[in-house]
Amino acid sequence: MFHIYCPYCEELREEEEFHPKGQAHIARPEEPDACSDEEWGDYLFFRDNPRGIHHEMWLHAVGCRKFFNITRNTVSYEILETYRMGEQPTVGAEHLAREEKTASVQAAEGGQQTVGASDAALASVKGAQA
Amino acid sequence: MSNSVHVYDARADHATVTAESPLAYSFQRSGMPAPGEEGRAVVSERAFLGHLILRGGAIVLDEALREVLGIGLPGRPNSLTVDADGQRSVQWLSPDEWLLIVPGDEIFGLETRLRAHLGGSHVAIVDVSAGQTLIELSGEAAHEVLMKSTVYDVDPHAFTVGKGVTTLFAKTNVILRRPDEARWELIVRRSFADYVYRWLLDAGEEYGIGVARESRHEPQ
Amino acid sequence: MSQTASQSNRLAQGGQVDRTQTLTFTFNGRSYTGHPGDTLASALLANGVDLVNRSFKYSRPRGIVAAGAEEPNAVVQLGATEATQVPNVRATQQALYDGLVACSTNGWPDAQRDIMRWVGKLGSPFMPPGFYYKTFMAPASMWMTYEKYIRKTAGLGRSPTQPDPDIYDHMHRHCDLLVVGAGPAGLSAALAAARAGARVILADEQETMGGSLLDTRETLDDQPAAQWLKTTLAALAEHDNVTLLPRTTAHGYHDHHFVTLHERRTEHLGDSAPSQDGHRQARSRLHRVRAGQVILATGAHERPLVYANNDVPGNLLAGAVSTYIRRYVVVPGQKLVLSTSNDHAYRAALDWQEAGREVAAIVDARPAPQGDLVTQAKAAGIRVITGSAVIEAKGAQRVSAARVAAIDVDTFTVTGKVETLECDTIASSGGYSPVIHLASHTGARPVWSDDIIGFVPTTVAGVTATGGAHGVYPLGEVLADGVEAGVNAATALGFDATVNDADLPHVEPRHEGPACALFQVPHEKTTLRAPKQFVDLQNDVTAGAIEVATLEGFESIEHVKRYTAMGFGTDQGKLGNINGMAVAARCLGQSIPETGTTVFRPNYTPVTFGAVVGRHCRELFDPERYTPMQAWHVAQGAEFEDVGQWKRPWYYPRKRTDGGIESMAEAVARECRAVREGVGILDASTLGKIDIQGADAREFLGRIYTNKWQKLAPGRVRYGLMCGDDGMVMDDGTTSCLAENHFLMTTTTGNAAPVLEWLELWHQTEWPELEVYFNSVTDHWATMTVTGPEARKLLTDLTDIDLDREAFKFMDWREGHVAGVPARVFRISFTGELAFEINVQAHYAMHVWEALFAHGDKYNLTPYGTETMHVLRAEKGFIIVGQDTDGSVTPEDLGMHWAIGYDKPFPWVGKRALTRSDTRREGRKHLVGLKPKDASVVLEEGAPIVFDPKHAIPMPMAGHVTSSYYSPTLESGFALAVVKGGHQRMGESVYLPMADGRVHEAEIVGTQFVDPKGERQHV
Ligand SMILES: [Zn+2]
Repeated sequence: MFHIYCPYCEELREEEEFHPKGQAHIARPEEPDACSDEEWGDYLFFRDNPRGIHHEMWLHAVGCRKFFNITRNTVSYEILETYRMGEQPTVGAEHLAREEKTASVQAAEGGQQTVGASDAALASVKGAQA
Repeated sequence: MSNSVHVYDARADHATVTAESPLAYSFQRSGMPAPGEEGRAVVSERAFLGHLILRGGAIVLDEALREVLGIGLPGRPNSLTVDADGQRSVQWLSPDEWLLIVPGDEIFGLETRLRAHLGGSHVAIVDVSAGQTLIELSGEAAHEVLMKSTVYDVDPHAFTVGKGVTTLFAKTNVILRRPDEARWELIVRRSFADYVYRWLLDAGEEYGIGVARESRHEPQ
Repeated sequence: MSQTASQSNRLAQGGQVDRTQTLTFTFNGRSYTGHPGDTLASALLANGVDLVNRSFKYSRPRGIVAAGAEEPNAVVQLGATEATQVPNVRATQQALYDGLVACSTNGWPDAQRDIMRWVGKLGSPFMPPGFYYKTFMAPASMWMTYEKYIRKTAGLGRSPTQPDPDIYDHMHRHCDLLVVGAGPAGLSAALAAARAGARVILADEQETMGGSLLDTRETLDDQPAAQWLKTTLAALAEHDNVTLLPRTTAHGYHDHHFVTLHERRTEHLGDSAPSQDGHRQARSRLHRVRAGQVILATGAHERPLVYANNDVPGNLLAGAVSTYIRRYVVVPGQKLVLSTSNDHAYRAALDWQEAGREVAAIVDARPAPQGDLVTQAKAAGIRVITGSAVIEAKGAQRVSAARVAAIDVDTFTVTGKVETLECDTIASSGGYSPVIHLASHTGARPVWSDDIIGFVPTTVAGVTATGGAHGVYPLGEVLADGVEAGVNAATALGFDATVNDADLPHVEPRHEGPACALFQVPHEKTTLRAPKQFVDLQNDVTAGAIEVATLEGFESIEHVKRYTAMGFGTDQGKLGNINGMAVAARCLGQSIPETGTTVFRPNYTPVTFGAVVGRHCRELFDPERYTPMQAWHVAQGAEFEDVGQWKRPWYYPRKRTDGGIESMAEAVARECRAVREGVGILDASTLGKIDIQGADAREFLGRIYTNKWQKLAPGRVRYGLMCGDDGMVMDDGTTSCLAENHFLMTTTTGNAAPVLEWLELWHQTEWPELEVYFNSVTDHWATMTVTGPEARKLLTDLTDIDLDREAFKFMDWREGHVAGVPARVFRISFTGELAFEINVQAHYAMHVWEALFAHGDKYNLTPYGTETMHVLRAEKGFIIVGQDTDGSVTPEDLGMHWAIGYDKPFPWVGKRALTRSDTRREGRKHLVGLKPKDASVVLEEGAPIVFDPKHAIPMPMAGHVTSSYYSPTLESGFALAVVKGGHQRMGESVYLPMADGRVHEAEIVGTQFVDPKGERQHV
């Protein structure tokens, strides 16, 4: 159950007040009629599913009813920032690499069923998803 | 005032027309248990108030409101301003949305005067008086009843007087606010009012919750 | 009955039970006594009850092993009545109360042996690991049959068959710091943080807070631990920023420090929750806690040693023996052998001897143990056998002897002669495992520590493990660790906190020698040939089973776990997991850290469904939304239909002339005729209504609807169709122009909230420059539809609005009064008849509704419900979004080209998709009407449609029926359907093969069955 900082209400609120709305920063093409079917299909249907940093749009549905964006680590579920509609994220994928080097505490390995498994096994999983 | 918006006084004459508050059916169906002697948790409905939604920019609305009503918009998110005699209040709902609650018979005049002041500004004013009702909850166990009902932190030290939020209440939404030390106010959509009423009676049972016909704390 | 006689294992004095009161309870049909302060387990042991269960797989007799949450065997069924049955209660965690009724969890005792014999015949007599998979997976079709029986024999308890008389609830809590566990570490941490000013919740799963302080031999400030405990609890209680929650288990640790706590509020008081001051109270409560920081002070679980027949009743954990003696003053036997790998367990032998019973020997795996407790034991004259272990227990229903031999831990061999020591109790200790379950729920990986011979948790930011949970065991260090954790947490939260050593009580340091890493004890025979050595008592997993699993190629500990069922069920591997890993590591020739540990998941201990559900049950299961006319509908005897959360009148059955009550078909036929021939009225208040204001409102409507809005004048109404950007229909409804910059949009009942969100989405994310605001006014306006040829006559009597057909045209709206109430009246129709939709403020809805009926008598005004509404609209071919559409239907598929503004300047939502190759292709399904060849047939909604009923199965599907009714007007069944290329197939026949073998034939027709020219609504 996430604890989410609403950039409009300016406080942390319970996840139950929010609705996730998928990947952030999907702009509607300015001239839809100029798009090929493939381009239009990409806009409509295709979304990223990264292991790590993800920018997501959420709605404070039971609250201020404003849409806003979240930068979230899909592995640790850590929310790294939230920002208003129209703003750009300050945290990107490079943040994670930095974190992993400096963190004194190993964050959760989401999706990794066996803990204490060999580092080689872990690396192979990471490699497969990179 | 431009006639680009249909301003409509849809309030009937209560002397000739029977008006039913959102909780009228609930009182009839679920009854109105008397509050325990200690009055640890007491519910009452403040029916037929005027509820007005204001949309627009804070500066222009604040100015008009000060002019017309003598109180300004609350400056911070999740906060509430109440006028001197406690009869009129404005609550922040979102960066461009406020809830104004006034005595029921003031509402049309207020909307008209606000619109006159606002002229052609980009605002919206919507009367939602019959679409919601105000339920008051008081008593020493009131916040415990709320703890059973809402995910929001209602510890009286954290939810201080003058705070107001839109949040979850059981499986529905309410606007929850604290106009003074003694009272909590729930603003509930009409169609959900019966559910909220039954929930309150159930959640408050262990504190001997009861229903008062009128607000026990008439604002001075 | 004399209590001392019945409680033969109870000591005469000491402990924390109240001997002045005697409680009577029943276990497996026999009556026993105990005292307040007892758990069911301690009372059973006091009464000398050895056998509490039969095991899961092998049906072996089992006794009590532990004294806390880690108990694997004494899992009982509780409840004096059918309605109050509670399965899977640990006797060690159940406080005794007068009248308690419990029985062994195996709910099928008589038949059990037969079934197990039957299972045995099918499978192998010794049930190897993977037994269920190997035996029952083929033929797959039989699994459902097998499973039913296996479940019954599996001893997992049973749920009550009658409604629970108790109530449950939830409480949402917020705090700066949650401390889980109120032992010495947790108490110290909580107090330190509370003093710094933090809002603290301290939760502890036991009846009494104190943890290890409740049975320790040590003193604090030269006082018994109980004294310090009392003072500390009093100090905590004085802080109004501290919430103490005893009998409360933190069972799940979720994201962002959201922890669920299960508080058992009345389980210690009786079978069902007693009322308090005349008010019902919740039997148990789920606290949903959002914490800023969390301290895990959950202590450590002792590990039993794994030796042959270690499951025979009379085999206990060493620490449990101490707890029973010191806290409950129960000595669970006469003569003890203690088998240990560490100093700490020596307490059990000392406590046993001090209780006046005999200690046969302490068998210590270490060649030269030397600590203060060892010295004490030797000084007390207890025989200490070093370099040895109990390798096997003897006895069937109860331990009768221990076989003891010298062993070599490193080479896993028995090195000396076996000595048999007579005894009735074997206590064992293989060291301690920090309780890392909650830390594990967060996804943090535990790491192996050779220093403490156990996994210690690593934690995510904001979580701290302290004391035993942190692998810190000596009492003085535990207290200091707790204070430090509390101070650090408070500091991290922004409070001003410092460690003050003077606050720490003095604890005499105790010298303990190093422990040795012993898990499975070697036997003279190989593991596969020796008597069973149990690793997981609850799931009947033996060391041999784990060895077989590794021999069969299972090398990942997660696979071993699933193959053997180790750590499954309510147990969650509390006692067995580390031993199981050690066995797997030994078999695989690797270390424990190389083998890894399995992930623990919520719940730590079982949580009753009642607590999970809370108050969200019965009439409060889900909100029921009512219109302002609900009381009238109820009084009229309406049947209701759920539309989303709304209760809508479905139809109004009346008394027939013969005295019976109309069937639904009869009522609907009558209501339909009333509308087509006279006048009917529908409560349409549930329709979504959105007030739209702003200079760009009209522009916005043009972008969000498929059709045109530029020319809609004030006073006019237009039907609108809304698509997603994928071109699929998502909602429809009418929108009225109230003024140049002011519109009132209606949505379908179920889509009111989604459509408002949809408008906000486009406004906030794509077109924030448009000056427009949207507000829901659904609940503010009540809507009543008066419709039928007589509608105008009826309304004329009650309104000041000019209803003349020229003055007030179809698709106009007017403002005025109805029954003295200000009203907006909309001349729109969903029935095809003359219709007026009256909107008044909801406060006055009942007034107007009743006034309409008061005047409506002479026109036989008939209320109709949603079923009649559906029939009437379907006769006209009006769609219901979500019934006739399913997210794959375009406006063109519906034949609604007239509602598409192909030449609008702005690329409105859904436009581009209408020219995608998929939406342009031949053979898309089109909405058509179906007329069954047999007029008496009402096709099934959802029935598949084929073109060729003689085609071999599988037949190519051509579509399906979306709406189907009997029309009293047509005196025939009729349907709407989507059919491939339907618009080009008018007049053709389609076929509907039914499950019962019948095949219906129907003709494809237009969607308008009644008044296809639409003349009636214009009258
Ligand atoms: Zn918000």
